[in-house]
Amino acid sequence: MSKRIDVKDLDIFYGNFHAVDSVTMAVQPRSVTALIGPSGCGKSTLLRALNRMHEVIPGARVEGSVLLDGEDIYGSGISPVSVRRTIGMVFQRPNPFPTMSIKDNVVAGLRLQGVKGKKELDEIAERSLRGANLWDEVKDRLNRSGASLSGGQQQRLCIARAIAVRPDVLLMDEPCSALDPISTLAIEDLMSELKDHFTIVIVTHNMQQAARVSDQTAFFNLPGAGRPGRLIEMDDTAKIFSNPNQKATEDYISGRFG
Amino acid sequence: MDSPSGHSNDPVPAAERGRGGVGLVDEPAPNPDDQGKNTARRRSARRRGDVVFARLSAAAGLTLVVAIGLIGLFLLIKAIPSLAADHANFFTSTQFDTNDPKNLRFGIRDLLVVTVLSSAFALLLAVPVAIGIAIYLTRYAPRRLSRLFGGLIDLLAAVPSIVFGLWGILVLAPAITPVAVWLNRYLGWFPLFATGNVSLTGGGTIFTAGVVLAVMILPIITAVTREVYRQTPVAHIEAAQALGATQWEVVRMTVLPFGRSGTVAAAMLGLGRALGETVAVLIILRSSAKPSHFSLFDGGYTFASKIASAAAEFSAALPTGAYIAAGFVLFVLTFLVNAVARAIANRGVAR
Ligand SMILES: Nc1ncnc2c1ncn2[C@@H]1O[C@H](COP(=O)(O)OP(=O)(O)OP(=O)(O)O)[C@@H](O)[C@H]1O
Ligand SMILES: [Mg+2]
Repeated sequence: MSKRIDVKDLDIFYGNFHAVDSVTMAVQPRSVTALIGPSGCGKSTLLRALNRMHEVIPGARVEGSVLLDGEDIYGSGISPVSVRRTIGMVFQRPNPFPTMSIKDNVVAGLRLQGVKGKKELDEIAERSLRGANLWDEVKDRLNRSGASLSGGQQQRLCIARAIAVRPDVLLMDEPCSALDPISTLAIEDLMSELKDHFTIVIVTHNMQQAARVSDQTAFFNLPGAGRPGRLIEMDDTAKIFSNPNQKATEDYISGRFG
Repeated sequence: MDSPSGHSNDPVPAAERGRGGVGLVDEPAPNPDDQGKNTARRRSARRRGDVVFARLSAAAGLTLVVAIGLIGLFLLIKAIPSLAADHANFFTSTQFDTNDPKNLRFGIRDLLVVTVLSSAFALLLAVPVAIGIAIYLTRYAPRRLSRLFGGLIDLLAAVPSIVFGLWGILVLAPAITPVAVWLNRYLGWFPLFATGNVSLTGGGTIFTAGVVLAVMILPIITAVTREVYRQTPVAHIEAAQALGATQWEVVRMTVLPFGRSGTVAAAMLGLGRALGETVAVLIILRSSAKPSHFSLFDGGYTFASKIASAAAEFSAALPTGAYIAAGFVLFVLTFLVNAVARAIANRGVAR
C-alpha cells in the first residue's frame, strides 16, 4: 500500500512527436501531488506514463525510468498489465462499464485478479463504495446499471472501482472537470481521506482545488509551440502558491499567464 | 396567429408563411424592426425545411411498407387458388407434386426442414468464426494487416453464388466427406448425424450445403461485427486496461458486451441470406424420394432451390401457385427472423 514514485529523466513520445521533456520528480507516499500547467503541456501524458497507459496508443513510447518504491515499472520483464493492477487510474470523464451493474463495476478489477468468493466480493464492494462516499446513495440499487447514475455518482463509482483493488497509487486526470461544485467537493473530501491509504497524483486546471487538496504541486509549462512540455518546478503546495521560485509559476498561478 | 397589421404592413413574410408555414401556429408576429423580420424569416425557412424533410422521409418509409405489403399481397393472391386446390396438407405433407393441375399434392414440411436445418447449421459455423475474425481484426492485428485481411474477406462477398455452388459440390464435398463419415459412424445415434436420404459420400447433403452457406454468409457477418466492435468507446476500453485487463479481458469486458446487439443483428442478416440462397444450394443438394428425418445428411430442396428448380414450368396458374405459396412462407420466415433479431437487439440495448 502507498508507495513512493521516483520519475527519472522521463521523455515521452507520440511517434516522432516529443510531448514531455526529461521529467525528474519524486512523489511521496500518503500524500496528494497535483500536476498543474497550461493545456497541452503534457500533464495527462505524464500521468498516463506513470501506469503504462501511455503505451496503449499506437506509436507511443517513453524513455527513462519510473521507480515504484525503487522498482522500475518499465524494467524488462515487467508487464504493463501487472503495473496497472497496482497503479489505479480515474479518468476525466466518468467511464463505468455500462453493461455491468453498479456492484459488478466496483468489483471488476477484483474479478480480473481472480477473486471469486461472492461474500468477499460483496464485502469489498461495500467497503469500496463507502470509501468513495457512494454507499448510501446506491446501496438499494446495487444491481442497476452503472450508467443509471448521475455524472458525479458515476465518477465516485469509478473511484470505488479503482480503490477496490487496493492499489499502491491512484492517478486522477481532472476527475472533477465534468462535475458540479457539490460533487467536486465530495470528491475533494474523498481525496483527503484516501491519501491516508494511497499515494495520489491528480491533474487539475482548478488552482483552488490544487491548493485545497494537494500537499505537493508540480508546475509544467510549454516553452513554445511544437516544443515538448517541461517540469518548471515542484515544491510544497503552500510554497508554490505563496512564494514560487520561478517567475513562470507565479504568473500562471496568479492568472497573468500567456 | 397573425396580427392583421402583419399582413398589411409586411407582405413578404406573410407570403412565406402562406407557402410553407401552414399549421405552424406559434409563428411570431412580424416585427416592424428590420432585424426581427430577418430572424423571423430565417426561422420560418428552417421550420419549412423540417416539415418538408419530415414529410419526405415519412413518404419514403411509407412507400417501403406499401411495397413490401404489395409483394406479400401479390404472393398471397396468386397462392390462394392453388392452396384451395391442394389435396395434401400444406404444412405437413412431404410431397410436392404439381404435375397434374387437377390433383395438386404439395406441402412444405421438407422444404421447411431443409431450409431451416441448412441455414441454422451455416449460422452455427459462421458466427463464431466471424466473431473471432472481427475481434482479431479490431483488437489484435496490426493496422496494415487488418486492412488487408478485411479486404480479403470483403472480396469473398463478391464471389458469385454459382461459383460457391460448383466449388461446394466439386471441391468441398469430397474434402469433407471423411468428417461426414466419421460423424455418421460415431454419432449416428444422434438424429442430426443419422444416415440420411441421399448418399453420404456423394456429398449432396445439407451438411455440405451448410458449410458452403457458412462461407457465403461469413463476409457480411464479419463486416458488420467488425464495424460494431470497432466502435467500442475508447473510454470503456481504457477503463478495462487501467484495471489491468489483458487484451482478451478487454474484449470480454467491453467489446463483446458493447457489440452484443450488433452481433445478433449481424447473425440475423447472415441468416436471412442463408434462408434465401438459391443457386449454390440448388447445385449442391441431391434430391431424394424419401422424406427428410432431420438429419444433416439428408438431401432435398430448400424453399428457394425448390422454386428455382421448377421455374421452367411456370406456365399453368395452379401449379405455379403452389410454388408461390412456398415462396410466401419463405417471405414470412424471413420476416420473422428479422422481427426476432430486432427484439433481441432492443433488449440488449435496454439492459
Ligand atoms: N494520442 C495522441 N497522439 C499524439 N499526440 C498527442 C496525443 N495525446 C496528446 N498528444 C499531444 O501531446 C501533448 C500533451 O498533451 P496532453 O494531453 O498530455 O496535455 P495536457 O497537459 O493534459 O492538456 P490538457 O490540460 O488540455 O488536458 C499535446 O501537444 C498533445 O497534442
Ligand atoms: Mg489532459
